[in-house]
Amino acid sequence: MLVGITILLVFQLIGEVTAYFLGGFVPGPVIGMAMIAVVLTLTGGKPVLEPAHRQTLDTSRTILANLGILFVPAGVGIIQHLDLIRDRGLALLAIVLLSTVITLAVTVWIFILVKRLSGGYAND
Amino acid sequence: MTDGLWVYLATSPLLWLAATLVVWLAATGLAGLSPGNPLLNPILFSIAAIATVLCVTGIDYAAYFEGAQFIHFLLGPATVALGIPLYEKLSLVKSNLLPLLAALFVGSLTAVGSTVFFSRLFGFTPEVVASLAPKSTTAAVAMAISSGLAGDPALTAAVVVLTGICGAIVVTPMMNAMRIKDYSARGFAVGLASHGIGTARAYSVDPVAGLFSGIAMGLNAVLTSLIVHLFL
Repeated sequence: MLVGITILLVFQLIGEVTAYFLGGFVPGPVIGMAMIAVVLTLTGGKPVLEPAHRQTLDTSRTILANLGILFVPAGVGIIQHLDLIRDRGLALLAIVLLSTVITLAVTVWIFILVKRLSGGYAND
Repeated sequence: MTDGLWVYLATSPLLWLAATLVVWLAATGLAGLSPGNPLLNPILFSIAAIATVLCVTGIDYAAYFEGAQFIHFLLGPATVALGIPLYEKLSLVKSNLLPLLAALFVGSLTAVGSTVFFSRLFGFTPEVVASLAPKSTTAAVAMAISSGLAGDPALTAAVVVLTGICGAIVVTPMMNAMRIKDYSARGFAVGLASHGIGTARAYSVDPVAGLFSGIAMGLNAVLTSLIVHLFL
């Protein structure tokens, strides 16, 4: 657990430092995410690194299995915007609903269209 | 005497940290009573319960956040941890590379573009538009993008959660109505549009959908942080 969380934090730190030098264009944790995926791919299957690998995977699964609670503190911040919700809440809800439905439809159509064109359903 | 204790506890980080954990556990227990019912979403329930308590007792958000920040902080390492499913499922990513990349680019542009378009149409200020633009990405990333664009991260967080819950509620009936049977496509769409909350929903429907949802959430976090600059 301790090794796993340390590795995640170190990758976040490297990501933040990289983000700083890139001028904050991409958030640090996102760079850390891309880096850890690349590093795991390069180092996977090396016996020396196996314990660290296993711990990183275990810690990550625990965190991701409880991902929902991490949104709660930020979400409660809604109480700072009660006036905006009262005055424009319906408009906000309409934007979120419209945009989400359109995005879901477009994404699923493109996925299926390109999968069909590239022969992804050939075995079905 | 009890007034003194309340004042003491209400301003200490311990109370709100413990309260957030207890409310969350209760909310997940409640959601377990009716599995798959998106209206019993534990995130929505927890936020509503805590927000109500704070409003009734007159505790301000800064005092609450003193305690809750320890949970909030984990959003950073959790975002890094999203790299692990990407690594583990690399073969699935490779075998679906073309549809995945096409859906990622078009979907990501649609998510940001439609949000910016509708929020300008409804006459929102540039600060609110910037706060809404990254709403399809996971909270940590969306808040970082929003503050980089001079938006308000607290508003972003609330809208991100709303987007997640909205997607989690509409995805199954909508995809059924559209007669989409490919769970990799359904999962990818909900992960792209509704990040971690959509992914949690996808996993509860189908394991393949959950997997593709997680992949979409990770990739869309990267892409949105780049393309958002095209619109704002």
